[in-house]
Amino acid sequence: MSAPNSIDFRTKQFRAGSFFFTGLTGLATVLILAILAIILTDVIFNGWRTLSWHFVSSIPTKDFFDRHTTGVLPMIIGTASRVIVMTVFVLPVGVITAVYLTEYAPNSSMVTRIIRAAVNNLAGVPSIVFGLFGLGFFINFVGKNLDAALHNPTAVWGQPSIIWASLTLAVMTLPVVIVATEEALKAVPQGLREASLALGATKLKTIIKIVLPQAMPGILTGGILAVSRAAGEVAPILFTGVAYYMGSLPQHLTDRFMDLGYHVFVLSTQSTNIEQTEPILYATVLVLLLLTFALNLVAIFIRANMRRKMRSLH
Amino acid sequence: MAEIILPKINALQTRPAGAGPGEPLIKINDLSLFYGASKALKNVSLHLGEKVVTAFIGPSGCGKSTLLRCLNRMNDLIDNVRIEGSVSIGGHDIYGDNVDVIELRKRVGMVFQKSNPFPKSIYENVAYGLRLHGMKDKSELDGVVEQSLRGAALWDEVKDRLHSSALGLSGGQQQRLCIARAIAIRPEIVLMDEPASALDPIATTRIEELILELKKDFTIVIVTHNMQQAARISDYTAFFYIGELIEFDTTTRIFTNPAKRQTEDYVTGRFG
Repeated sequence: MSAPNSIDFRTKQFRAGSFFFTGLTGLATVLILAILAIILTDVIFNGWRTLSWHFVSSIPTKDFFDRHTTGVLPMIIGTASRVIVMTVFVLPVGVITAVYLTEYAPNSSMVTRIIRAAVNNLAGVPSIVFGLFGLGFFINFVGKNLDAALHNPTAVWGQPSIIWASLTLAVMTLPVVIVATEEALKAVPQGLREASLALGATKLKTIIKIVLPQAMPGILTGGILAVSRAAGEVAPILFTGVAYYMGSLPQHLTDRFMDLGYHVFVLSTQSTNIEQTEPILYATVLVLLLLTFALNLVAIFIRANMRRKMRSLH
Repeated sequence: MAEIILPKINALQTRPAGAGPGEPLIKINDLSLFYGASKALKNVSLHLGEKVVTAFIGPSGCGKSTLLRCLNRMNDLIDNVRIEGSVSIGGHDIYGDNVDVIELRKRVGMVFQKSNPFPKSIYENVAYGLRLHGMKDKSELDGVVEQSLRGAALWDEVKDRLHSSALGLSGGQQQRLCIARAIAIRPEIVLMDEPASALDPIATTRIEELILELKKDFTIVIVTHNMQQAARISDYTAFFYIGELIEFDTTTRIFTNPAKRQTEDYVTGRFG
């Protein structure tokens, strides 16, 4: 501190603002992790005791509040199939929309801005509204008209079923896939597009052969997010396909189905003996978590495989 | 400054000078290009000959890259670009009606400033354009891939790992791979947009040697910031300043005895 120009590094100063914000951000992180840890421990600890092979592999009787005879096989099948069917619909539609928005649509045009705004608004619609939309559009409009056109004596398409529940969920998760795909497409270097076009490739060839393969891991991330969001949703399927009870497994896409999330709701609100139902409730929640995790794991595995391939070859 | 450049010019003069552009392959007539309202190219007229190397030089923003991208219509990709005047290649107006841009780009290849190999194998990078234009036969593909990699002076370095990723190559190798990819489909003209500006001096030298080799088979138009590079490799040089073509002449003349004061100031390093 003697000469005015020399800087003394030795006196470490206490900076209150910096300390405060470091602490605050750390605390927020710890809080989130703590909440997650509490939920997971509670569910795993309590659910594990009831979970058995019999539980996940049997079809329950109408009295599914009895912990000794009940099972969740129809619910596992129902939830898994509605999520898988949804993915089959939402990925292509979402990817094609995103390709249009990023690669074809003129960036500043009115139409593009309206589509973007629509996608963003779609993401903000409450899920129960999607359920009502599914009932009104898919079942009462598409389904009933389809039945009329096919001269079906009884309602086949014009009733709640796996396909309509899946499509309703697909509409709900569309924004997630579109936004994720758009981000993935934007991350593909412009230089790769130019290189392909400069070799005389058409825009379509460039997108199919160069852009989409590069964006695939990002697209799958969108798929993973959509699966996670849809697996636990109950509201959109309330009117569009879920059943309170079914004595047998669904056979067709036009069948109704039982669902893990909805079953959790049923168990917690319809039981007359709470003490007896609680262990089943915990086990059902645990199965739902495990199923969501497993579905994600499949997508994550595909994505990792793709990344590895891209790094090593082609 | 002129003294520093001169020895290189002397070396250049000992080369058998081309008799001039002959019948020009590329004719740019009164070309203007607008980005929205701003005029990026101002009434440029320029005739470029066959199988010579022409360098476009000038300070940043002078329009040299824009002009280069007019020659294979890469500017089409940018919104709000408007073009006046004409560009003809081999007697065909490339901005006329009924021009197939795909065909044009097959005949006018391009190498970019930042090497941009596809995230595929070395082999697949070179084969991409060939497959695109319908070549399916494996042995034919093998042959052209090898020939192109040899043409880009890369074969000996990669022949044992043709099927490993192109992204594992060094920067200079990647750029030569991009050259191999461009020449694989046998274009007549190869456009190069500052192909060595991101490379170290040794890799740059290799690219320059390669360009001198390539001009036996191809007409080359190269944009460069490096004046020594223009002096070393080009036969003709065009100097641009703020969208205007200031001077176009043999490289020897541009660097030793330019007609315009601006050109002299630029090549001697007084501005730019």
